[in-house]
Amino acid sequence: MSEPSVVDESHRLLLEATTSRGRRVRNKLATVWMVGALVVALIPLAWVVGYVLIKGISSLDAAWFTEELTATTRRAGGGMGPAIVGTLVITAGATIMAVPLGILGAIYLNEYGGNGVLARVIRFMSDVMTGVPSIVMGLFIYTVYTVNFGQNGFGGSLALACLMLPIVIRSTEEMLKLVPDELRQGSYALGNRKWRTIISVVLPAAFGGIMSGVMLAIARAAGETAPLIFTIGAARAFNANLFEGQMTALSTQIFSNARVPFPAAQDRAWGAALTLVAIVFLFTVAARIVSARVARRHNA
Amino acid sequence: MVAPLTDEPKSPTGRSEDMASAMSSGRGGRGDTVFRAVAAGAGLLVLVVLALIAVSTTREAWPAFQEEGIGFLTSTSWDPAAGEFGALAFIYGTVLVSIIALVLSVPVSLGIALYANEAAPKRLRKPIVYVLDLLAAIPSVVYGLWGVLVLAAVLNDQVYVRFNDWFGSWPVLGWFFGGSTGPRSFMTAGIILAIMITPIITSLSREVIATVPSAQREAAYGMGATRWEMIRASVLPWARGGIVGSVMLGLGRAMGETIAVALVIGSFPQITTHLFEQGDALAAVVANQFGESSGTHRAALVGMGVVLFLLTILVNVSARAIVGHFDRRSKGA
Repeated sequence: MSEPSVVDESHRLLLEATTSRGRRVRNKLATVWMVGALVVALIPLAWVVGYVLIKGISSLDAAWFTEELTATTRRAGGGMGPAIVGTLVITAGATIMAVPLGILGAIYLNEYGGNGVLARVIRFMSDVMTGVPSIVMGLFIYTVYTVNFGQNGFGGSLALACLMLPIVIRSTEEMLKLVPDELRQGSYALGNRKWRTIISVVLPAAFGGIMSGVMLAIARAAGETAPLIFTIGAARAFNANLFEGQMTALSTQIFSNARVPFPAAQDRAWGAALTLVAIVFLFTVAARIVSARVARRHNA
Repeated sequence: MVAPLTDEPKSPTGRSEDMASAMSSGRGGRGDTVFRAVAAGAGLLVLVVLALIAVSTTREAWPAFQEEGIGFLTSTSWDPAAGEFGALAFIYGTVLVSIIALVLSVPVSLGIALYANEAAPKRLRKPIVYVLDLLAAIPSVVYGLWGVLVLAAVLNDQVYVRFNDWFGSWPVLGWFFGGSTGPRSFMTAGIILAIMITPIITSLSREVIATVPSAQREAAYGMGATRWEMIRASVLPWARGGIVGSVMLGLGRAMGETIAVALVIGSFPQITTHLFEQGDALAAVVANQFGESSGTHRAALVGMGVVLFLLTILVNVSARAIVGHFDRRSKGA
């Protein structure tokens, strides 16, 4: 990046003296456009967050977290407990599957594949896979899993894992690239084999960066709705067993409660939205803190 | 591998790898072989999953494809009760709301990206990026909830009705703003999508703009350019490929967005240029009707997933190709 402060300052003074009025006006207009764009983007953010906070906060009491979902959505009552449990358990299941596989895939790309044909194909296809819509992942898991094994939490975990896998692969690879080659050479010089070097030297060196990418992937997965609506069913009772019986999740609860015209259901949807946004922001901020800490260590 | 080793570009770890393999030629090489195979297997999983997606969804959708033939793509008649499954109105809806989203989002995204990299005071740059990350972190279903319960009514009362009054009977503008108006419409879906893809396009194009060498900027300033002239002469030409690529990736994202669109588009499949009328889209109809479907109806919905999969693959692959093309050119120069 340039050093605009120095350049900008001297050059602003020069401009005042030498630039024609038309050129100065065009420059001003461009600045107005850029600042205006930022303001336009901030309005919906403030609006959404404000509404979710104000409308959602009134739903959150003790019963919200501990009670089962009500059977009569048109009337107030019941809690969101099963959905909170569902979101956490299903996302955890997806994380357990996608993160180790994604890190292994990234190790292949950066430590073994390099610029070979296979590595280039995998890299390209991971990029393509990040672009596959989440609802297609849901349909995919529906056709290969749900049709055969019925609706349960594990189907949702599988669909979310498919979404997370390419994100983890690509972000981890970027972090492995940053590990200096001298570390690897030092390890080889001590007589370590390549696999030991990767596990005990390369991965620990990149750990913070990898974690930050993983947490962003978790945040993305926890907020997803489309992959879950065909795969997990719609339970009202607590169920923490991924492999047995239907489940429910915060995102699918928001969707189903937002579709009906009853005020009580809509209040429930706002409450669920606040709970979900809190969970997602927690992971996003955690990722930020971890990556900031890593960056500081690199600079030091 | 068929290609001779000398032709392969050296990996960043090339040298130390050679040393390691020279040293491990004796005992204990098995650990390395196994680990390499496991890692390669994990990488190959990506290819396997993509192939499985294509095969399994196509197979599940086959009854609908067989029954409708090419009509699945060209017929506008969608009537599950009568066994008619034409997806054209849904394809049209997906394309239309994505175009609305791009038209609204690209000027805003580019403006923010340029501001954050070129014009903002240094201490503001990090917070801007941070705030955009938050915008991107809000789940799509929350945007949908806000869209259907809050934004849709405001847009209809404050904007659509007035535009309809003013321009509804004008020659060209009437195509877009004429007809009837309603809170749930193509336009509402397009606006929600625009909000959702703005952080994506912004952060991708910001990264591209950050790669413009400062020598380019200083050269323009040295010629006496204003900041805007510098951006036009140095930054935009250099970053053009990457920016086009980011916009295409945003387009791919918009086409696949499901839940928010399902809530605000109105669920009434029709082909019209009137932006304020109800419509439907591929992903949205799958989300809305899948639960109550069975037989050929369900197969047809999976078939829409197949169409969506192919559309987004097409958009994504061309985005990567465009970025790659410009990348090579700017590195070759």
